[in-house]
Amino acid sequence: MLKTYNKIEKIKGSIAQVKAENVTLGELAHVRLKDGRSTLAEVISFNEDDVNLQIYQGTKGVSTGDQIKFLGRPMQVAMGDSLLGRVFNGSGDPIDNGPEIMENKIDIGGPSFNPSKRIIAKRMVKTNIPMIDMFNTLVISQKIPIFSVAGEPYNDLLARIASQTDADVIVLGGMGLKYDDYEFFRKYFSESGALEKTTMFIHTASDPVVECILVPDMTLAVAEQFAIQNKNVLVLLTDMTAFADAQKEISISMEMVPSNRGYPGSLYSDLASRYEKAVDIDGSGSITIIAVTTMPGNDVTHPVPDNTGYITEGQFYLNGGVINPFGSLSRLKQNVMGKATREDHGDLANAMIRLYADAKKARDRESMGFRLSEWDKKLIKYEELFEERIMSLEVNLDIIEQLDLGWEILAGCFDKNETGLKNEWINKFGKWDK
Amino acid sequence: MSVDNNTKGKIIAAQGNLMTVRFNGDVRQNELVYVKTEGISLKGEVIEINGDTAKVQVFEPTRGIKYGDEVVFDRELLSVELGPGLLKSVYDGLQNPLEDIAKEAGYFLPRGMYLSPLDKEVKWKFTPIAKPGDSVERASYLGSVPEAVIEHKIMVPFNFPGKGTIKEIKPAGEYTVLDEIAKIEDETGKVHSVTMTQKWPAKFPIRFGERLFPDKPLYTACRIIDGPFPVAKGGTFCTPGPFGAGKTVLQHQISKNAHAQVVVIVACGERAGEVVEVLREFPKLDDPQTGKKLMDRTTIICNTSSMPVAARESSIYVGTTIAEYYRQMGIDTLLLADSTSRWAQALREMSGRLEEIPGEEAFPAYLSSRIAEFYERAGVVLNKNGDAGSLTIGGSVSPAGGNFEEPVTQSTLAVVGCFLGLSRSRSDARRFPAIDPLISWSKYLDRFRDPKVESSGKRIDTIKMAQKNLVEGDEIGKKMSVVGEEGISMEDIITYLKGEFYDAVYLQQNAFDKVDTATDANRQQEQLDIVEMVLRKKYNFENRDAARKYFLNLTDKFIQWNYTAREVAEYKEQKVQILEMVKG
Repeated sequence: MLKTYNKIEKIKGSIAQVKAENVTLGELAHVRLKDGRSTLAEVISFNEDDVNLQIYQGTKGVSTGDQIKFLGRPMQVAMGDSLLGRVFNGSGDPIDNGPEIMENKIDIGGPSFNPSKRIIAKRMVKTNIPMIDMFNTLVISQKIPIFSVAGEPYNDLLARIASQTDADVIVLGGMGLKYDDYEFFRKYFSESGALEKTTMFIHTASDPVVECILVPDMTLAVAEQFAIQNKNVLVLLTDMTAFADAQKEISISMEMVPSNRGYPGSLYSDLASRYEKAVDIDGSGSITIIAVTTMPGNDVTHPVPDNTGYITEGQFYLNGGVINPFGSLSRLKQNVMGKATREDHGDLANAMIRLYADAKKARDRESMGFRLSEWDKKLIKYEELFEERIMSLEVNLDIIEQLDLGWEILAGCFDKNETGLKNEWINKFGKWDK
Repeated sequence: MSVDNNTKGKIIAAQGNLMTVRFNGDVRQNELVYVKTEGISLKGEVIEINGDTAKVQVFEPTRGIKYGDEVVFDRELLSVELGPGLLKSVYDGLQNPLEDIAKEAGYFLPRGMYLSPLDKEVKWKFTPIAKPGDSVERASYLGSVPEAVIEHKIMVPFNFPGKGTIKEIKPAGEYTVLDEIAKIEDETGKVHSVTMTQKWPAKFPIRFGERLFPDKPLYTACRIIDGPFPVAKGGTFCTPGPFGAGKTVLQHQISKNAHAQVVVIVACGERAGEVVEVLREFPKLDDPQTGKKLMDRTTIICNTSSMPVAARESSIYVGTTIAEYYRQMGIDTLLLADSTSRWAQALREMSGRLEEIPGEEAFPAYLSSRIAEFYERAGVVLNKNGDAGSLTIGGSVSPAGGNFEEPVTQSTLAVVGCFLGLSRSRSDARRFPAIDPLISWSKYLDRFRDPKVESSGKRIDTIKMAQKNLVEGDEIGKKMSVVGEEGISMEDIITYLKGEFYDAVYLQQNAFDKVDTATDANRQQEQLDIVEMVLRKKYNFENRDAARKYFLNLTDKFIQWNYTAREVAEYKEQKVQILEMVKG
């Protein structure tokens, strides 16, 4: 029997208080507003029969006489192949004019994975982007953020990864997105054909802030279900800083003591419990997470990127429209480089980065007006080719093609013995005339 | 759960994992409780009592709890089950065996499932040490069983009152941890039945005997630690560092190579993937000291970042209690906690919910005393049976923004004996381990000066000389980047190059090279002897380029030597070449 209540006692921030009986922590309620709208709400605390509800759509326009019906279950999300190709908001309602999906509802924010059932990650995720595959290889079950600043093409990068990857299913969680960004993703996916294997949960900047917090949980609950069904799932989250800001806004309105720049003391745990959903399930599917974290003021010590860095397994720095080869790091790359890929992979990637670093120094000498040596000139030629043919995010090549391209560029710029690479690799893979 | 308990309670308010419970009867501070909801019991702990209500923190997700749910009081404080079988185990923060849970529940961690930490069926080979009529007290040895790599002493329970007399003791044979192995009569005439297992409250130290001064080094096979910043057996150290500086790699290195008989690893609020590497690799890796597997000397407490925050606090205490238990047997134990910052954050979250007045960065005001209490549990203890055991504690710290001025790092520095500070600039320059030799310190170095052993003093003097050179070299390096090489005297250039040489060949160590990853004490001495010759030598070079070239060449040769195993023929040849270069 679902009970209905008609008297809201208190309204503050996104919280409404009612007197109700037999209500459980985390239970969902349905609020029907006098103006015809309706919204979901969640029980976040109670004191005897005073129950505090967090209203998902916000309390704007909520009346003390609005009708509240407790549903006897926590927040759930639908599950199944019918989700593919669909777009939902943070409350799980369709926003693509498609039908509502009622089947196979599962609870969100489920229990955590038993560490003793985890396995060491060793399968590669192919993105066909050289700056990732070749130099900072992604590994299945990895969680990695793209550290960037507003204005950089991080969403373009996510969309490109989604379209080029070999993942079985893609789940995109958008938080605080501009409407244009949402449209961009939808268009890009439908043009590239990725839409058929994609589910999107979208919170736009104008949507209620509570829904922003729900997006990662909805996204990851769906991803987890696909992973259990033997699917390799790629989860894309953008932008996790918006998620953290939403946490901040709500915790401050609930009068919780802030810890660092207004963020709640639980920021690390809030982020970690989401990122840690990344997993490679022994004998089944997997979840890999790529998340955008915009850094306010390009400051990596800001609490959001700082806490993220302690949680994730490396990071990509996206600035100037390219993935920066120097700060970026995939902590798991050595698990696959040369093992899941070709044997020369690790050494070639290291040599190319070392030469690129030398080339940057040659560029500095050039810009300071020093006379350039022959070696400097070679390096500068290499730098140009490297940036044009490898660093560009437009490149779409298989990893083997990427490695061959690397050898081709080296052969075009340097003599065999100038690269510092093992003779074994040079003889086997080098592109110099024999 | 005790049967003789009349205290009953019910939930009257709830927020997050903080419950308010109204009760009748008596309640102990920090007593365990079970909240009954949706057909399961969730473990919690009393953290505040006021009149007929108590605040309880629940260790698990609290979804589904409602007004009026029944609360059962356990009378016991949060306790650790001790006995043979702790080694090789993997527990969560409440000492639940994770592998058994996986067998019962599959991939995910269900709420309210509590399994026995020790296997109750396996039989242990017991040999008595005490005999009937012996006078004993708590922590006296009764017998021993072989466990993995150690002789596990079975002791009189730590809560045994006063003196006692052994009435009966079982002969040598095979027993389970639940079988009675002795009957002991206390001073009042009451006879206690003793098994091989006992419980001890996690937040109370196990320390029966005399505390000794920690003055013996704990070898870690890591040169920068064993050299300038050594750790004492029974001492404490901390490794703060920004993300990506290699704290966890360093902790793993220490857990593999340190000369301890038992190692307890507490993965507290960090990545699950890192624990998995330990879980999967340690059973395969050989322990160079015993020839058995590394897992045989290891217990892992694993409360990773996505597991319940409230159990993070207890994970540290559970790990420490297990390590102290082995110390009480006269064993050298090492506890590694990664990361104590996550534990401090768990304290902060709960303090916020209790609406306590926040201290710096919203950490509770009692943060520093909690940190001090934790590190004070380290130490060397000479037990009544005449064996000295030690507990060394190493904690990693994850300071926000990599800034060591924050409260957790500062409170930790105030109480530890050795500070191994990892820096971003060292890790960016790929100088590993990224322990910064210019900011780190150890209070133990001078303690190892043994007046009876002349070489011990000489070694310490050499290390200090090298460190002095390093500091001077660094100053010169800074000057050089401002005024250019031309403005620096030849003598200073040589000091600078000597400092860089010492850093490159001795302080830096390649964790991924199978030889260089661990250097034993003898080899460290051999390396240090040559470093000393170089640092003390008066060099004359024609010009700066010649000096640079010489040191570059010498450094390269030395590093190649570091990569050569001692059994290989080239080892001696390479050493001779280096010596020729130094002497020539």
